[in-house]
Amino acid sequence: MANQKITIDPISRIEGHLGIEVEVDKGKVVDARTIATLFRGFEIILKDRDPRDAINITQRICGVCSADHALASACALENAFGVTIPDNARIIRNIVVGANYLHSHILHFYHLASLDYVTGPDTAPFIPRFKGDYKLPKNVNDTIVNHYLEALKIRVIPHEMRAIFVGKAPHHVGFVAGGVTQKPTVDKITAYLWRLKQVQEFINNVYVPDVMTIASAYGDYQKIGIGHKNLLAYGVFDLDSSGKNKFFKRGRYTGDKLLDLDAAKITEDVKYSWYEDKTSGKAPMDGLTEPSPQKTAGYSWAKAPRYENTPYEVGPLARMWINNDYRKGISVIDRHAARALEAQKVANALETWVSQLKPDGPVWTDCSVPQTGTGCGMVEAARGALGHWLKIKDSKIENYQCVVPSTWNTSPRDDKGVRGPIEEALIGTPVADADNPIEVVRVVRSFDPCLACAVHLIKPNGQIKNFRVV
Amino acid sequence: MPLTRRRFLELCGLSAAGLGISQLCIPEVLAALEKAATGNPPVIWIQGAGDDGCLVSLLNTAHPTIAEVLLKIISLQYNPTIMAASGKTAISHLDTVSEKEKGKFILVVEGAIPTKDNGLYCTIGQKDGKHITILETLKNLAPKAKAIIALGACAACGGVSAGKPNPTEAKSVKDVLGKDASVINIPGCPAHPDWLVGTLVHLLMYGPPQLDEQGRPKMFFSDTIHQNCPNYSYYIDNVFASKFGEKGCLIQLGCKGPVTNSDCPTRRWNSKVEWCIGAGAPCIGCCSIEFLDGLTPFFTALPEPLWPKKQNELA
Repeated sequence: MANQKITIDPISRIEGHLGIEVEVDKGKVVDARTIATLFRGFEIILKDRDPRDAINITQRICGVCSADHALASACALENAFGVTIPDNARIIRNIVVGANYLHSHILHFYHLASLDYVTGPDTAPFIPRFKGDYKLPKNVNDTIVNHYLEALKIRVIPHEMRAIFVGKAPHHVGFVAGGVTQKPTVDKITAYLWRLKQVQEFINNVYVPDVMTIASAYGDYQKIGIGHKNLLAYGVFDLDSSGKNKFFKRGRYTGDKLLDLDAAKITEDVKYSWYEDKTSGKAPMDGLTEPSPQKTAGYSWAKAPRYENTPYEVGPLARMWINNDYRKGISVIDRHAARALEAQKVANALETWVSQLKPDGPVWTDCSVPQTGTGCGMVEAARGALGHWLKIKDSKIENYQCVVPSTWNTSPRDDKGVRGPIEEALIGTPVADADNPIEVVRVVRSFDPCLACAVHLIKPNGQIKNFRVV
Repeated sequence: MPLTRRRFLELCGLSAAGLGISQLCIPEVLAALEKAATGNPPVIWIQGAGDDGCLVSLLNTAHPTIAEVLLKIISLQYNPTIMAASGKTAISHLDTVSEKEKGKFILVVEGAIPTKDNGLYCTIGQKDGKHITILETLKNLAPKAKAIIALGACAACGGVSAGKPNPTEAKSVKDVLGKDASVINIPGCPAHPDWLVGTLVHLLMYGPPQLDEQGRPKMFFSDTIHQNCPNYSYYIDNVFASKFGEKGCLIQLGCKGPVTNSDCPTRRWNSKVEWCIGAGAPCIGCCSIEFLDGLTPFFTALPEPLWPKKQNELA
């Protein structure tokens, strides 16, 4: 008897457009495909533009983690221009991106993920909802729902913290090639610190305990959503101008070993992606975007990033693991726990960093666009390893490639047919009710997918398949 | 990390107490929320080629708070980023509510509409094995809506999604529906939350707001940024910043305030803590109806013929 095929499209409560297809046999997932369903073509849109514009244009890749793209782009430009930014600018970038992590993680747990574990009031947008095994007693359930509402107010504050230094959030102009646009002042430092305190109280007293509550009630999810168990981080938050000392270290974890990371070993496969096969296996700096929507083997616009031809998961769990801050396990619950504990760790660091600012000190190193150059900016977005690579020719962008965290995580199969991280994590997931596959979405959401860059092109008269759409 | 039962209950008590909410009244709170939300005007929010930035921006609304918006002002029947349901449950609900509330729901469109190859570049779900494009969704819902709001630069004028060479032939909502379509354009990248909340409240209390020739509410998009900029006196006195971090008018650093109509200088951003020019960042014209390609390169100064005339020059 053929396996049961279940399609869930759209996946709600993520950033962007995503569909999931799974095959279920004897109540467990045996195969899975992640399908991103939006293509905009940033790499094409960036071509031939003034390189300095990239910092602002690439922020529009994502409205949740725009500060993180600004950081990667600025680093890539400065790498290509050959310029070092002043300490004040380095610190301001860290405290803006760090504040963005806090908004992003709070948003993710409460407003994207929590409704998989708790039921809200019977009014929009809390209904309709999947039926499922909502395990919490009513008073605990309703307490967390009240925290959802409180969290709506709290996550506004990290965006205020960003705006204090760079003007507005989401999407700011305050990061420019060479540094930032304004010298810090004592009142800005105070305004930032005061707000940070409010957020810290919420993280410590509400967010982390709520994650522990969910972890305890849904203990079976400590053994679900495991995946390949390969973790990767580029590292982020430079602690000095050398670029070698980062608050979260660069590295890899695979085969129970902590290893170095060499950026030259990152490639992208396209056998199962809608790109010309001849562009497969290239490093991002040499990457090409040659669409091939008629390619029958392809099922996703996302390329398949690999390190030494191996798929790697990225995100808070990867960062915290490689930094030796979290080693409890790899699963749905571990991703939520590592994310909450990372928010706590980053919030504490922000307090230290903002106090290191020198009021009225320099924030910008004079620089201009060179005739030619190459650069790369490898940082960590809230969701994981983020890289921007660019080539400049005649003072314009000749080539710009982005490998975003969700490309790593929602990657399709590579040229060898090895599944991407989310696809692999879905294998073995139990599905009790095909019309309400709540277990599947719990696994997917634990990765905090952000699909704004990944793409899938559907053939006009799509193949007739034996799919059940839920 | 095993929790003892005792610790578990302690944490629950701590969480509730932390918010000053007695555990005894929690069921009543939820029931009250349900009652308050019953009968609120329905809103259907669809997302095309965008980045969710306008939704995130809405979540930053200060007064009213987003919780008040969702529970007291509107009934957000469909929004992929925050709605509980996925898949067929979600798509069925969209079909049901758009029929049931025909002529009553406000349609909010975020993101541009790819039109190349019948709009295949952006699909929003599947029904009966078939992928549904944002293009067909918009054309299906628009005639049923009481009002249509094109939220953010992408929906209002193409924005970054339609940046040259526009590989997906992305268009604004109005370009898809036709020049006679009644669409309220709220540009901005992202749109300021006040502009959306203010437009919604105006619609509900007074009917459609007065719009300019670009379909923008005049109450938000009349003066240029330059006309109300605190740096205006520097402009008049020819004090121009030539490097980032210097005081002065930012026009030489590329500021597009003179060609951008928006109330950013007075409304400011993120609960009024700051705004772009206030943080020393030249305006990139993200609220202009010409965003993106009409405003690049961002850091090249406007040509002098576009610099606003000063009083002594006018005389």
